[in-house]
Amino acid sequence: MAQNPNRPISPHLQIYRWGPHMAVSIFHRATGFVMATAGMLTLLWWLASIAGGPESYATFQSYVVSGGEEATGMQVAINWFFRLLALGVTYSFFQHMFSGIRHLLMDLGAGYELKTVRTWSIAVYIAALTATALVAMLVAARFMGA
Amino acid sequence: MGNGTKLGRVRGLGSAKHGGKHWLDQRLTAVGNLLLTTWLVLSLLWLPNFDYETVAAWLAQPSVAVPMILMLANIFWHVRLGLQVLIEDYVHDEGNKFATLTLLNFYVIGGAAFGIFMVAKHAFTGAPA
Ligand code: HEM
Repeated sequence: MAQNPNRPISPHLQIYRWGPHMAVSIFHRATGFVMATAGMLTLLWWLASIAGGPESYATFQSYVVSGGEEATGMQVAINWFFRLLALGVTYSFFQHMFSGIRHLLMDLGAGYELKTVRTWSIAVYIAALTATALVAMLVAARFMGA
Repeated sequence: MGNGTKLGRVRGLGSAKHGGKHWLDQRLTAVGNLLLTTWLVLSLLWLPNFDYETVAAWLAQPSVAVPMILMLANIFWHVRLGLQVLIEDYVHDEGNKFATLTLLNFYVIGGAAFGIFMVAKHAFTGAPA
């Protein structure tokens, strides 16, 4: 259907002044998108590889975790791609989770004073980055022998 | 309450009256995600290692397979609602919007069916030797 080009449209990213609160909002969208695509496809691949038996699980691991001692340069590159992706999805998860909790609290009508909005937004980043670092260190220490 | 503006009524474009349900479902699935993904993360960190035997035995238990299936259904529903809003915000051409929303439906229903089938197959048939 043709749209009247003169009709007012809602303001977009480039209109707003950057600040913690508007960034939390667009990050919620971006991180939801990352999990919905890259995150869910990797999760499905992992589940299918378990259902497929030891060999298919080993194939999954050789791509996503490590190609082992005699990994080719290509495999090492793929491993690092997936490790960075995993880090990105982990951060996305915590960022989205904490800003999602903030959404739910604000839906209850709490925290609309300007100062509170700002404080909660900054708290979301701190909590997300802390949780991501914690999980990354746990995983590195326990499962990759690093 | 009427049926939207007069112009909207003439064009048959009043509110579809589904907005409130959509909004609420997004919140209810958010709470579901919060519980189920927290379970997954803790459960994974609890595992002694990620060897095939460990992970396969873990996933085959009813107490893991069932919440995993619930999580897949809940996340894909949440994603269906969430990405719909995202698409409606950015894809304005009616034809493209319809096509993108159709692809989204294929993706979430296909993804959920695939994932649930894989978990069920694994739990029912046990780990293939
Ligand atoms: C961990 C617990 C989670 C919570 C508390 C949560 C919370 C929320 C809430 C409240 C919204 C609505 C935001 C709004 O109305 O603007 C939302 C949107 C969304 N969520 Fe989640 N969510 C969670 C997990 C997930 C997961 C695991 C995924 C994907 C795999 C996901 C993908 C999305 C997407 C794509 C949107 C739409 C974003 C937008 O339209 O801007 N969420 N989430």
